[in-house]
Amino acid sequence: MQSVQEASSIGAAVIAAQSTFRRVMDATARPGSIEVIPEIAGAPAPLSQAAAAIALTLFDHDTPVWMDAPLASSEAVAAWLRFNTGCPIVADQAQCTFALVADASAAPPFESFALGTPDYPDRSTTLILQAATLTGGPELVLSGPGIRGTASLRVGGLPEDFVMQHAANRALFPRGVDLLLVADNHVAALPRTTIVTRA
Amino acid sequence: MNAPAYNFAYLDEQTKRMIRRAILKAIAIPGYQVPFASREMPMPYGWGTGGVQVTAAILGPDDTLKVIDQGSDDTTNAISIRKFFEKTAGVATTTTTSEATVIQTRHRIPEAPLQEHQVLVYQVPIPEPLRFLEPRETETRRMHALAEYGLMHVKLYEDIAHHGHIATSYAYPVKVNARYVMDPSPTPKFDNPKMDDCPALQLFGAGREKRIYAVPPHTTVVSLDFEDHPFERYRHEAPCALCGATDSYLDEVVIDDRGGRMFVCSDTDHCETRRADGHRGVQPEALA
Repeated sequence: MQSVQEASSIGAAVIAAQSTFRRVMDATARPGSIEVIPEIAGAPAPLSQAAAAIALTLFDHDTPVWMDAPLASSEAVAAWLRFNTGCPIVADQAQCTFALVADASAAPPFESFALGTPDYPDRSTTLILQAATLTGGPELVLSGPGIRGTASLRVGGLPEDFVMQHAANRALFPRGVDLLLVADNHVAALPRTTIVTRA
Repeated sequence: MNAPAYNFAYLDEQTKRMIRRAILKAIAIPGYQVPFASREMPMPYGWGTGGVQVTAAILGPDDTLKVIDQGSDDTTNAISIRKFFEKTAGVATTTTTSEATVIQTRHRIPEAPLQEHQVLVYQVPIPEPLRFLEPRETETRRMHALAEYGLMHVKLYEDIAHHGHIATSYAYPVKVNARYVMDPSPTPKFDNPKMDDCPALQLFGAGREKRIYAVPPHTTVVSLDFEDHPFERYRHEAPCALCGATDSYLDEVVIDDRGGRMFVCSDTDHCETRRADGHRGVQPEALA
């Protein structure tokens, strides 16, 4: 029986969760902006620091979580998530509220996740993709709600057909998945409304 | 050990997580009403419990909070909510629009232009713009799903048939990002153009009706109208009696029992700022 590390004391967790949420909210409200997530200690690899902080902020017993193979094969990650958030871990992508993807380049097709229904488009998966970088990859040009004119984001390590997949996801609007892209302690968001093109 | 009586900003952490998840989906689907498990708050429904829950879920120790009720920082509702968060979150509060990071509002958008770093939280009584046209939630939900908004245009047309113009003067329906028709809450239609391409994030909370919705920054918000009856703002044709402003939204104040009245800015901070800058109306001493 291995022991699981508690993420932080309760008082500090309240402020850390608020701070992390505001960064994620700002990122979602302004696609393309890169926000810095407060540091947390003890997240087990291959769970990145930012993904772990977002998990502590948004996951609980109401949010089924799906993980890709590198994360799902780590008993330490599952134990850390269960102990610190109480989230159910599920194998069915179409049933999850959140998906944690350690290897963004090998992410499953977006349409295999929960897409919401026409009546309840909010009941869709939010994917948390661990990217190689948010600043050093090929340039993506973004436009849509939250963006004044256009914005750019240089995400490295996305699937080859990412732009096509995201366009197909956007075409489902108001249904569709929403993406949080994380690298180290940074987060950026691509909600379903964002128009993404290659520069 | 002297533990505080409340969690930071009153709500427990599980409730905050639930509201935070709803807020993120609301931002991702501009104008769509996300259901949420609204809690009982230590104030009655109708006093801004939806707005208070949204504010409690986003507020942090570094925020500066402003609360307005019909534009005023000084009414019972505004003062009570401001004190509530002073007590439960220990945040700084202000009445100055430009100094606030979070502004909770009942029925007005401040006159001073909002900025990128600000969040405007609306208290919403009836979030469903189609509710008085179609009482069944299952039907209005389906109408939103199909973007079937003909009924709303019929309502505006009936206004024209009865009154010769669109008589709806508040809670004037808007279309967000060319998709969802949304109730802007009972703000006067004078404020509708301020929602379009607004630099600030706008969040809407309806406590009794258990809905959260949002307009992200720099998003198109169009007031519904007709080619031959275009949307028009409305304000009383008078300058503010206190500060002389000719471009602000005015409240009509009855001042005696012989038909006397004066018009004053509804936005108290805007009016006070103008008077401090030396602007004077025709009755600058009326409040003295």
